[in-house]
Amino acid sequence: MNVLRSGTQAVRIEQDVVLARQTARKLAVEAGLRLVDQTKLVTAASELARNTVVYGRGGDMDWEILEEERRKGLRLTFRDQGPGIADMKLAMTDGWTSGGGLGLGLTGAKRLVDDFSVESAPGQGTRVMICKWT
Amino acid sequence: MTALSQQTIDATRKNESQLLASWQANLDASGASRDSRINHAEFETQTRDFLRLLLAGTNNGDSANIAASEWSDVRAFLDGLSRSRALQGFDSHTTANFIFSLKRPLFELVHTQYASNPTELGSQLWAVTELLDALGMYTVRAFQKSREEVIARQQEELLELSTPVVKLWDGVLALPMIGTLDSQRTQVVMESLLQRIVETGAEIAIIDITGVPTVDTLVAQHLLKTVTAIRLMGADAIISGVRPQIAQTIVHLGLDLQGIVTKANLADALALALKRAGLTVTKAT
Ligand SMILES: Nc1ncnc2c1ncn2[C@@H]1O[C@H](COP(=O)(O)OP(=O)(O)OP(=O)(O)O)[C@@H](O)[C@H]1O
Ligand SMILES: [Mg+2]
Repeated sequence: MNVLRSGTQAVRIEQDVVLARQTARKLAVEAGLRLVDQTKLVTAASELARNTVVYGRGGDMDWEILEEERRKGLRLTFRDQGPGIADMKLAMTDGWTSGGGLGLGLTGAKRLVDDFSVESAPGQGTRVMICKWT
Repeated sequence: MTALSQQTIDATRKNESQLLASWQANLDASGASRDSRINHAEFETQTRDFLRLLLAGTNNGDSANIAASEWSDVRAFLDGLSRSRALQGFDSHTTANFIFSLKRPLFELVHTQYASNPTELGSQLWAVTELLDALGMYTVRAFQKSREEVIARQQEELLELSTPVVKLWDGVLALPMIGTLDSQRTQVVMESLLQRIVETGAEIAIIDITGVPTVDTLVAQHLLKTVTAIRLMGADAIISGVRPQIAQTIVHLGLDLQGIVTKANLADALALALKRAGLTVTKAT
């Protein structure tokens, strides 16, 4: 697997969620994802970016345009050094929220992409990776 | 303009770690590195990276001309720094102080180097001042540019969200939403729709999201709340502009829009509204 291009951008305040979405959209087009997949990836990015701001006290989004055999992909990693997720099973349950959300951000993001992984430990922050392939 | 002498350049390279330590101590003392908007480790990386680039710049290029190509890495670094500081809401003073607080450690170094040579001491202090002033001014200009971009974008967002409530027919209102829906302004727009429903006694409100690029859980929450409020007022709501890719995304996200009437476009929504109002549109013969 080759990384064709990569970068990082800050996800600290609500406006950064908008910027993260715009970046995700631009890169998804560049990676050659079709419209439905662009929309899915951007929506997943929106969920994770907002979680980073709201629960993770802000962090960063790493992006990579990947190439593997004849397909291309866009991988996004959201990192924060916030409180972390104490109960992962609960957090990954449809409809569970510790705030006033719908509790569909994490589980929904997982359903919207091809690859999904989340790592978190209390006090250590959270890291969520998503990837969508052409 | 006075240039840095080779002796000064060599001395800075040899004393890089002390320079860094006293620069960071200066920034710590001024509270600059303990601002909650920026993480301390990141701040330390920025000082380390900048000092490394600065030394490379003085070594390869002319310290009296930071517009030259040897200084392009330093300029790119300052562009990025200014931009991120502007986005984080710092002012230009604090941003430029990042550079100016390096003066004291460099002055101290030059002093020890030229203790026995007052003429050279004077000229080298001047050279350091000119270099750091030039870099500081560059930072302020870059910061200003980023700030202007932020303001332009915010103005655009405001425009995007000053959405009118349009009367399509007697008893039928439409709210064409355009742009990002997740800021606080959304609430304001939704409230003005509810207000207009009261004023006009409208029976059907169409919320058109054709111009909304992303429907995520927060946007959905806003929409669901608004629809509930419209119903509590005794009116009906239709959401139009649900494009195929948005519909698919909503399903995968797990959003439950059951019980809400949605249409692919505004024309279909209007046709439904007219039908519900007992009106039929026929071709004039
Ligand atoms: N980066 C994070 N750091 C700490 N906790 C998190 C993080 N991301 C998610 N969580 C926890 O996981 C829960 C579920 O997140 P999820 O995004 O699924 O739902 P939500 O944000 O509560 O609601 P929404 O449906 O609006 O996204 C959150 O309520 C929060 O407690
Ligand atoms: Mg969420």
